[in-house]
Amino acid sequence: MKRTARWIAVLRTPVGAGAGVLLLAVLLLALVAPLLWSHQATAIDTEHLLEGTSAKHWLGTDNLGRDIFYRVLVASRTSILLALIATSIAVVCGLALGCAPTVLGRRGGRLATAVVNIAVAFPGLLLALFFAVVFGVGAKGAVLAIGLAGAPSFARLTQTLVAGIEKRDFVAAARIAGVGRFRMLSRHILPNIAEPLVVNATIGAGGTLLAFAGLSFLGLGVQPPAYDWGRLMGESLNSIYVHPAAALAPGVAVVIAGLAFNLFGEAVAKGFGVPVLKGSRLPQGETAPAAEVDEDAVLVVKDLHVSFPGPVTPVRGISFTIGRSEIVGVVGESGSGKSLTALAVAQLIESPGQVRAAELSFLGAPLLGRAAVRSTAAARRRLLGTSFAMVFQDPMTSLNPTMRVGAQLAEGAREHQGMSRRQAMNRAVDRLRAVRIPLPERRAHQYPHEFSGGMRQRAMIGMGLMGTPALIVADEPTTALDVTVQRQVLELLEQIRTENEVAVLLISHDITVVGQVCDRVLVMYAGRIVEDLPASELYTGARHPYTRALSAAVPDLDTPLDEPLAVISGRPVDPAHYPSGCAFAARCEFATDRCRTEDPALVSHGPAHQVACWNPQGSAAWQARYPGTESIRTGQR
Amino acid sequence: MTATASVSGAAASFGTHPWVRFAARRLGRLVGSVLVLVSAAFLMIHLIPGDPVRGALGPAAAQSVVDAQRESLGLNDPLWVQYLHFLQHLFTGNLGTSITTGLPVSDVIRDRLPATLQLAVAAFVVAVLIALPLGLAMGVLTRAGRRPRAELSFTSTTVVLAAIPEFLLAVGLVYVFAVTLHWFPVAGRGSASSYVLPVLALAIGPAAVLARICRVELLAVLQTDYLRTARAKRLPAVAVYLRHALPNAVTATITLGGLLLGGMVAGTVLVENVFSWPGLGSTIVSSILAKDYPLVQGVVLVYGAGVLLVNLAVDVILAVLDPRSTIRES
Repeated sequence: MKRTARWIAVLRTPVGAGAGVLLLAVLLLALVAPLLWSHQATAIDTEHLLEGTSAKHWLGTDNLGRDIFYRVLVASRTSILLALIATSIAVVCGLALGCAPTVLGRRGGRLATAVVNIAVAFPGLLLALFFAVVFGVGAKGAVLAIGLAGAPSFARLTQTLVAGIEKRDFVAAARIAGVGRFRMLSRHILPNIAEPLVVNATIGAGGTLLAFAGLSFLGLGVQPPAYDWGRLMGESLNSIYVHPAAALAPGVAVVIAGLAFNLFGEAVAKGFGVPVLKGSRLPQGETAPAAEVDEDAVLVVKDLHVSFPGPVTPVRGISFTIGRSEIVGVVGESGSGKSLTALAVAQLIESPGQVRAAELSFLGAPLLGRAAVRSTAAARRRLLGTSFAMVFQDPMTSLNPTMRVGAQLAEGAREHQGMSRRQAMNRAVDRLRAVRIPLPERRAHQYPHEFSGGMRQRAMIGMGLMGTPALIVADEPTTALDVTVQRQVLELLEQIRTENEVAVLLISHDITVVGQVCDRVLVMYAGRIVEDLPASELYTGARHPYTRALSAAVPDLDTPLDEPLAVISGRPVDPAHYPSGCAFAARCEFATDRCRTEDPALVSHGPAHQVACWNPQGSAAWQARYPGTESIRTGQR
Repeated sequence: MTATASVSGAAASFGTHPWVRFAARRLGRLVGSVLVLVSAAFLMIHLIPGDPVRGALGPAAAQSVVDAQRESLGLNDPLWVQYLHFLQHLFTGNLGTSITTGLPVSDVIRDRLPATLQLAVAAFVVAVLIALPLGLAMGVLTRAGRRPRAELSFTSTTVVLAAIPEFLLAVGLVYVFAVTLHWFPVAGRGSASSYVLPVLALAIGPAAVLARICRVELLAVLQTDYLRTARAKRLPAVAVYLRHALPNAVTATITLGGLLLGGMVAGTVLVENVFSWPGLGSTIVSSILAKDYPLVQGVVLVYGAGVLLVNLAVDVILAVLDPRSTIRES
């Protein structure tokens, strides 16, 4: 059922439908043309030799007075049939070679792989010429030649596909169960690679058709009196001056038929792969001018929205302020919008994503909307380039693999601080030392792949320290690192904060990390801040049921091992369909009817504490429900 | 002190070993490929059903002539003796004698190779000069779903151009620019203008493929984390594209471009025949048709060696551009 639906989807795309119709027409032509028009195609008309286009002969006649139009139509069968046979030979031989490692075991498999590796290095036409010599000139020889010449690339494809399947668990399970090699191949591997193989064979058939036309064109393929498109072209090339249509028409036919196979295969391949997400662009958001500027704040965010075509709005109305050398943590589940908030604040949301905010300003300079236009783009870039640092989640992929680490640190300083190459490099080495990378002079000249994960993350932090940062936005900086290295990176961030008076916005799904490092914590759920509280109150004074559930879900040494771990039941909200009431209501055990209909706003509950909840939980109720939560202090991430 | 020693030791091993390993691995593969190529070229004559000499000289030739030719080609010796002789001759540059003309095969090749080389190199340069800027520009212009209409026309044009085989393109070019417009000669190799059509016929298809690959690679690179890092450094767009995106997009493009260059070497065969270009491509076809096997053997060896050289060059360039590739393979 699902497969049928996918086929329908493929045929509904313009390319899929067009190519499908074209392919059908070409195949139909190959089927019926020789039955209908063989006579017209071979009838010799000595009174009209080598004539141009006329009413009687649409495309003129050849040197024996035969009608070229009908010859091109009738040649479709020979051309396509031979191409299909050659493709089958290529697929079968390729399959045999590609599956050899599975069937033959290690040694035979290695030999087969080596043969494929060498053969695949030679272009198909060269192999075809070689085989054409061996098998002799003619249709049979050419089919064998092109088929065998195509085998290595199908063998390579098969090997890749088989290797992919063999990594899967069910193959490993079958192997442990003692399933024989042939049974493994026929039951487990072949059914799983059949689909991509057939799709690629369809694409390949187009190429084979063209290659065959090439051989026939050279006189090495179909021999007279038989003819295919390539032969027709080859025969009429010499008379191209007097009679261009005779040479061009079979050429056009070859291209159309080749494209039909090619495009249909590509359309199917695309349809069965990952669907491409497309949508119209949202209008550029209007932003109200900033009211007054809080001079002491490093970052001011008011009513921030991030949206994508769909429309999806993963961040919807977030406001917060970060003061000088303050560490603010943002916690929440995956998909709560924390990372997008970080990227939006850093002005790194790429089209088609859209960022809107009533105010978004950094060190008093507006970054968004009309207010931002006043300060020039260059000045804003310089400000952000020197004072705003980013640390990303995955240090393994966040550094450019083709540039030396030192150069990657240095380029920002050269750009924004006007340093010379040497000055910037010295500064880079100094900063690498500052983030405790041993032998920084040597390390600066190495590539990222020569660094460990923890070192790369420290290099990323060092990159942020090249200027005089006022804010470091760290988006899950420790998630990709192992536990001991996490500790070091966090300590480094804290130390930088104290030494350089830098504010830090620390995004993490790890409430323990946030509780230990931060001054203040923003708890996000479904694109909103649901609670804003001092980190010291995270475990004792949290009032939003979600915050409480988050901290209760962290196991510690006292967690009873014989009971299941605490979880938050239910699933996060789909950012395309927010409920009208509180987004957490469906998962909240304290939810009332009001929660399901009215959306609570973030309101003050005591000093430095804001909660968006209709039923904020007090300490007494909390203690009654979760006795012993006082001990929740430490635990894994 | 110990930490210093261990780090410098690691650095030293990073400096030399991967390159040595890379060179050894690459040389091993080259030697293997050359052996296969040489053996295949040698076996070609012996795999042909029937007597190749009888085939070459035709059924009318006297048996005594055939026997004499067989004797002079050494076809009566045991196979391994013939193989050793073949190898021995190969090392001394002796590729045998053409059956039809009686000229040494090496002379024929020396005569014909420059024309083919000029064609292939010129076509490669043209293809790269068209494809890289075009593909990168399209990548930048159509990033993140921008300008969908430009993307559609670029993709469909390149798909169609890439699907047209070079000999068809050649015929089309001849019709338009030589027969109809009389801008360039129809065939032959002479003045500079005679190069235009063959080079274009050979370059357009690969250029279309390369441009498409280049765009897709650039789009992939634009999505990477390290490009986000580069943007986070607030570099100007030009620096982000040229310094960070280009080298990474180009490495993958070179790998595939190398394969295209190999294909281009083979593509000369067809294009030369359309334009009656006096190169190796027209030689190999005429010698196959004339069953002049020693000549076929020699040309196959030259083409094969050309392809192997191109592949080697691509691997070395890649290793220099992207140091990870030397390690990744091991």
